[in-house]
Amino acid sequence: MESALTSGLQGLFLGAVSLTPGQAVMILVGCGLLYLGIRKGYEPLLLLPIGFGAVLVNIPLADMMGKEGFLRFFYDFGVLTEIFPLLIFIGIGAMTDFQPLLENPKIILLGAAGQFGIFLTLLLALAVGFDKLDAVAVAIIGACDGPTAIYVSSKFAPHMLGAVSVAAYSYMSLVPLIQPPIMRALTTDKERKIVMGVAKRPVSKTTKILFPIVVTIFASILAPKGAPLIGTVMLGNLMRESGVVERLKSAAENEIANIVTLLLGLSIGATMEAANFLRPQTLLVLALGFVAIGLDTAVGVLFGKAMCLLTGGKINPLIGAAGISAFPMSARVVQVEGQKYNKKSYLLMHAMSANAGGQIGSVIAAAVMLSVLQGMGIIAG
Amino acid sequence: MDTWTFGWTVALIGMGGTMLVLWILSLLILLLKKLFPQNAQPAERG
Repeated sequence: MESALTSGLQGLFLGAVSLTPGQAVMILVGCGLLYLGIRKGYEPLLLLPIGFGAVLVNIPLADMMGKEGFLRFFYDFGVLTEIFPLLIFIGIGAMTDFQPLLENPKIILLGAAGQFGIFLTLLLALAVGFDKLDAVAVAIIGACDGPTAIYVSSKFAPHMLGAVSVAAYSYMSLVPLIQPPIMRALTTDKERKIVMGVAKRPVSKTTKILFPIVVTIFASILAPKGAPLIGTVMLGNLMRESGVVERLKSAAENEIANIVTLLLGLSIGATMEAANFLRPQTLLVLALGFVAIGLDTAVGVLFGKAMCLLTGGKINPLIGAAGISAFPMSARVVQVEGQKYNKKSYLLMHAMSANAGGQIGSVIAAAVMLSVLQGMGIIAG
Repeated sequence: MDTWTFGWTVALIGMGGTMLVLWILSLLILLLKKLFPQNAQPAERG
């Protein structure tokens, strides 16, 4: 009886005595993410489940990422198969109004410039010693687009998924802090005061319906490896603009997006096991992710300056900063910055055009990169 | 293929390709707007 009691008590404390320092640190990291999501409001929809997943997966002996673990099931089902990010993309497409972009299509070029940080960061990642596919996964943080980052990193560097996802979502929520100093440093006072005209250019319903179909066909043929990304965003947008599948659109942007966001967040958190996450490489990923978003902003603003020059001063270069995928946060940052220097300057609609361009741009940039990698034989066809 | 050949190739083609694809998309949008202008749709005159 006495030995049975001792064994029973030992079993009760087995978890506590099995806790490694690494697991304790990761539980604190998970709690830190929960704090950022709950108290600071940084991307709570993602950081809360990610943080909780990180706590769960580091509970000693619970083995939730083991063969029978429930987190393993979600991860294998939704992340390894890339289903979760693609389902999120359908929801994003259903939520996004591309009207500002359709009204002013030339602004889409700012959405291309806003992705250059991806490619410049790729070079930096290679310079600090990441191997080719790991460097691609780090660079994709510059898409400033969580699902794209998850899609690419889960496909080519799944061991880095946790760090890449945390960096992508954390920095997206920090856009209002990251962008303004760069915008101010790269523009003159005169440029920041430019007032852009408000020219309403109505767009027909037919154009809005044909837009996602044309983009899907054209962009997917040019960059077939990115067809799942492009196709799902545009499917969601077609459901929105067609107006004939209200129930599907509503499900995509509500129920499906919510359920998948929860499971995706938990699955990402589940990749943050101490052995995977507590490495110097993780700090490098976080640092390079920060640089990537800074470079996106810088190149976007510089491209805006070039457009300003070419149009004889009709474009305020600040809107170039909105050529990233953080929608509509980045457009709001541009509006606030513009107003600081000229109360008569209303840049919001123009910045929304650039921001919508950035949303398409991030997906296209990822698609182009995957197709280039395929062409070079780095990834399988 | 060495690291730097890989890096510069992906960077240059990636940036150029993204810019090219989006530029063509902007032309396609202009074409769509020309083919289906707002005022040509009686149902939307409202």
